[in-house]
Amino acid sequence: MAAVATPPARTVDKVPVAPSSPRGRRVRPGRLTVNLVLLAVSVLYVLPLLWMLLASVSRTNSFRLKWPSALTLDNFDAVLNVDTTYRPMLNSLLLCGFGTAVTVVASVLCAYPLSRYRSRVRRPFLYTILFSTGLPITAVMIPVYSMFVQLNLIDSVPGTTLFLAASALPFGIWLMKNFMDGVPIVLEEAARIDGANTMQVLWRVVLPLMRPGVMVVTIFTFIGMWGNFFVPFILLLSPEKLPASVSVFTFLSAHDQTQYGQLSAFSLLYSMPVVLLYLLLARRLGGGFALGGALKG
Amino acid sequence: MTALAPAPRGTGGDRRSRGAPALSPAPAVRSLLRGLPTVPAVVLLVVFLAGPIAYCVYYAFTDMQLTGASGTHFVGFDNFTRALKDTDFLNAMWLTLVFVVGSAVVGQNTLGLALAVLMQKATRPVRALVNGVVIAAWVLPEVVAGYLMYAFFFNQGSLNSLLDALHLPDQNWLYTMPILAVCLANVWRGTAFSLMVFTAAINDVPQELVEAAEMDGAGPWQRLWRVVLPVIRPSILTNLMLITLQTLSVFGLIYTMTRGGPGNKSETLPIFMYQQAFQNSLIGYGTAIALVLLVVGALFSVVYIRLLKLEDD
Repeated sequence: MAAVATPPARTVDKVPVAPSSPRGRRVRPGRLTVNLVLLAVSVLYVLPLLWMLLASVSRTNSFRLKWPSALTLDNFDAVLNVDTTYRPMLNSLLLCGFGTAVTVVASVLCAYPLSRYRSRVRRPFLYTILFSTGLPITAVMIPVYSMFVQLNLIDSVPGTTLFLAASALPFGIWLMKNFMDGVPIVLEEAARIDGANTMQVLWRVVLPLMRPGVMVVTIFTFIGMWGNFFVPFILLLSPEKLPASVSVFTFLSAHDQTQYGQLSAFSLLYSMPVVLLYLLLARRLGGGFALGGALKG
Repeated sequence: MTALAPAPRGTGGDRRSRGAPALSPAPAVRSLLRGLPTVPAVVLLVVFLAGPIAYCVYYAFTDMQLTGASGTHFVGFDNFTRALKDTDFLNAMWLTLVFVVGSAVVGQNTLGLALAVLMQKATRPVRALVNGVVIAAWVLPEVVAGYLMYAFFFNQGSLNSLLDALHLPDQNWLYTMPILAVCLANVWRGTAFSLMVFTAAINDVPQELVEAAEMDGAGPWQRLWRVVLPVIRPSILTNLMLITLQTLSVFGLIYTMTRGGPGNKSETLPIFMYQQAFQNSLIGYGTAIALVLLVVGALFSVVYIRLLKLEDD
């Protein structure tokens, strides 16, 4: 395990591993088998996803995977209204947008001293951060609920946003610090000599050099929050404040055995933003492999 | 930590000869100023994470109820002795163990490693396809994944259709083996993480090592066992730790699929904790269970950090 986080830009060109070994010259009987095994795994993986796609455009409600007799957009028409789709999606956007913004800003600020200065508190601080990344947030939710009751923050969107931001912080700080360690310090020193203060150095020199890192942290934080169900499920009560994650769940509970086409259509719409964000990340930086590289301690 | 870190400063008297201001602040003040940017993050972490954890330890020893804190008393270890006598709690502990070992340690870890190794030898389109579908399952929101898996394992769902088509015996998964269904669902959803970690790790294995082994006549299996796996051992340990912790706190996926049912046949600790605290209004008891979960998570965290051996330069 390398001690330095691999900057994502470097991992990108390592992802496609061309068969550069001398064995490439021979015909490998193994390759066909490998491809077949992987295709079989892919089929198992695709079935549930395919079912959702087909269910969303078919007229019949069924769990059986079958080609729809007639394609229809009725399911999308039925869910594209304020109560079912627009408001929950907007709520999700507000929660995750503000939450992600708070996480990213706080983790950039926090990562700078951790990456650049040596002090006695630095190591214990880093260990604490690393330790917190592993804590099961689920277990904290009951005391958080009790705390929110006492602070009168239950059903408060800002309160829930701040909690989401705080729960994403340990991982955000950790990743951000690893990316920042990859930015050479020479340029900063030059800027310091020219009389720039810490904030100017951070804003003008360090951040422009670690754009990919900031993007990775931003997108991963957002994807994580967008899918978070338990936190809003516990802390928010009013139907008009609930994000899409909770409304998918209530939709599923309310319409048992019916409306699967509509639920699939809504699930597709709700999943779309994170899928698109991930594709953006994958195209620019080699997707999760940037994360795989940054996970190194 | 990094080769690019500056020379240690902060030992006092670090006046740079060039361009240092004539009046630098005293070392103590300077350290405080340097730590200033960490304040927003520290405040958030203390208020929203450290605070609740402290609360958690306190409430776990009370008989607090959901109806209000008016009648809350300190009850010592009552919640814990109660848990040890509670067959539902022991059942939840057992199911959590099955879920973590089955879906994370065995499922995600092994499948992720196998896919990462196989993908090295696959043709490019196949590799792209596997990557795409495995990561798609991971990027989907938890509740959507739960819903898809519910549909997949449902009695008239895709899995049974597939088994029928292959003339294999089918069954009502969500009723007869709900814990197996949620384990498989968690493997479906979470393997991408292991796959990414292992792909990055395998790409970092020095090519000359593998080639040297090949020159010495090692077959593909031997190269995997004797060269690749020993080199990526730290990644395997790290990954095991991380996915164990993620799996310990899975709630939405199971709750969407089975609600912990039928009966309590898929009631892992997070579900059991939620039901005690919010459906039976026993906040104190629920918190004691949460504390057990936190302690288990903390133990794994400590092991994980020890494995990572944060090396400071």
